[in-house]
Amino acid sequence: MKIAVCIKRVPDMESRFRVASSGTTVDESGLKFDIGDFDGYAVEVALQLKERSGAGEITVVSVGPDVVQETLRKALSMGADRAVQLKTEAIPFDGLAIARALAAELGGGGYDLILFGKVALDSSNGVVGAMTAELLGLPCVTAVSKLDVGAGRGSARRELEGAAELLAFPLPAVLTIDEGIARPRYPSLKGIMAAKKKPLEVRPAQLGEQRLSIRSLALPPERSAGRIVGEGPSAVPELVRLLQTEAKVL
Amino acid sequence: MSNVLAYAEARGGELRMVALEAVTAARSLADASGVGGEVHALLVGPPGIASVAPRLGAHGADVVIVVEHPALALYNPEAVTSIVADRVTTGQYRVVLFSASAQGRDLAPRVAARLGVPLASDVVAIESAAEPLVLRHPTYAGKVVATLVLAATPSLISLRPGAITLVESSRAGRVESGSTVVDPAASRVVVTEMLEGGGAKLDLGDAPVIVSGGRGLRAAENFRLVEELADAFGNAAVGATRAVTDDGWRPHSDQIGQTGRLVSPDLYIAVGISGAIQHLAGMRTSKTIVAINKDKDAPIFKIADYGIVGDVLEVLPVLTAAIREARKSH
Repeated sequence: MKIAVCIKRVPDMESRFRVASSGTTVDESGLKFDIGDFDGYAVEVALQLKERSGAGEITVVSVGPDVVQETLRKALSMGADRAVQLKTEAIPFDGLAIARALAAELGGGGYDLILFGKVALDSSNGVVGAMTAELLGLPCVTAVSKLDVGAGRGSARRELEGAAELLAFPLPAVLTIDEGIARPRYPSLKGIMAAKKKPLEVRPAQLGEQRLSIRSLALPPERSAGRIVGEGPSAVPELVRLLQTEAKVL
Repeated sequence: MSNVLAYAEARGGELRMVALEAVTAARSLADASGVGGEVHALLVGPPGIASVAPRLGAHGADVVIVVEHPALALYNPEAVTSIVADRVTTGQYRVVLFSASAQGRDLAPRVAARLGVPLASDVVAIESAAEPLVLRHPTYAGKVVATLVLAATPSLISLRPGAITLVESSRAGRVESGSTVVDPAASRVVVTEMLEGGGAKLDLGDAPVIVSGGRGLRAAENFRLVEELADAFGNAAVGATRAVTDDGWRPHSDQIGQTGRLVSPDLYIAVGISGAIQHLAGMRTSKTIVAINKDKDAPIFKIADYGIVGDVLEVLPVLTAAIREARKSH
């Protein structure tokens, strides 16, 4: 089974973010970066599928400047076999540009599965997987929370608001992976050593035109400091009065 | 080229609240742009789905384009992509609005790539309706707000559920029949079954009120108190923190936060929730936030409009009774 996993380098979301002087990016100094949460689940799904089938090759792909090589090496140390950096000066915000670059790289690659995380939490767009599938003309299931892959076919579950869908699809296919499907493994020391020798190719990304961009970033206005209405059950009547007369939500 | 299209999301043959949000936003875009133009709603579903068209008209749709087929009873991603993309092309719309719901998050990027245009996703506000569109979108787990410029025709946008306040604006909602374009029974990806969870309960994305519980409830069985408070409102859904869903007190689908559902109800009541960043990312855009926690220094009080410091097991039953009383007098 030949699998590609597309991953993004994102900062730790627990960080305290500042807007850079450009006004259109966050200040990266002091931030810790890693594989995006959902992309990590996708890497783990690929590793488990390969282990179960006993054969195959996993390629990890990332769009971005040279620092993404660190992210790709992490995936190699988890057990992926080879890596491709699609080089850009900065990771574009327009997901269609990223999808174009990925489709140009992955088309004709003979992959049985192309996996993505369902969303990267920095841009919070969640569009690249489905767009890449569409550009490649491949079947696609998004936000997969359970997965079963057999001979030439697969089935998946995806969560909806208060419901879930069960889906059937043929291979090759593009899937985007939700939380809860697989806990990503930590790289072993052996894995880290082996990753240093695994192939990492660098090619220019074919992004095309970008028509969605960030004009400015801002920290959300602090909510006006919370008012403590009172202590214990005796504060309830005042709370209800405020909800009725001030917030007008009752 | 001045018309606006809203995808009127349906599920299991029923219209979803987010469809009305998309139509409401489309109406306000059409009215604000100064160039006039009609609002069209595109409604896709099984035979008979056209019966919900008046509700779309009531929220501002001049025209409701209905595409009915038995193989569209369950969401059919490939067929619906073709239907929407074809409609956008033939209708020459200026703006196309989707919801950033589970279905919209699946559909909108497919349509965008098919049409070769970008998608501004999970938008919480449309700041400028003139071209190019200026939009607001939360990034970095809600900790940084981006102002986006979308310079494409058509401009495709998905709206965060709950971010648009419904406005009634009575229009004709004239039903026109649309084309299935492709054979919906021939899709490669097939939804074989839909599992409805939670019976008739309100979904977190649809509920104007959310009562959400955290570890401060101390035990799974105490979630009963949260459910009773939600019942007292009559229009509330129950949510939970990641700590609670990880411990199996509540299903994973109830999780609100960075890795769970992103919600912005009119009223969010955080019960025994300390306010970890991961949780705040999913609910900080709620219109009014109430926090009940015994630790007066809990971070949740920094973003809550109203707080009660106290033991949730003591406060909740009293609050539930008071809400029942307040609702009765309405």
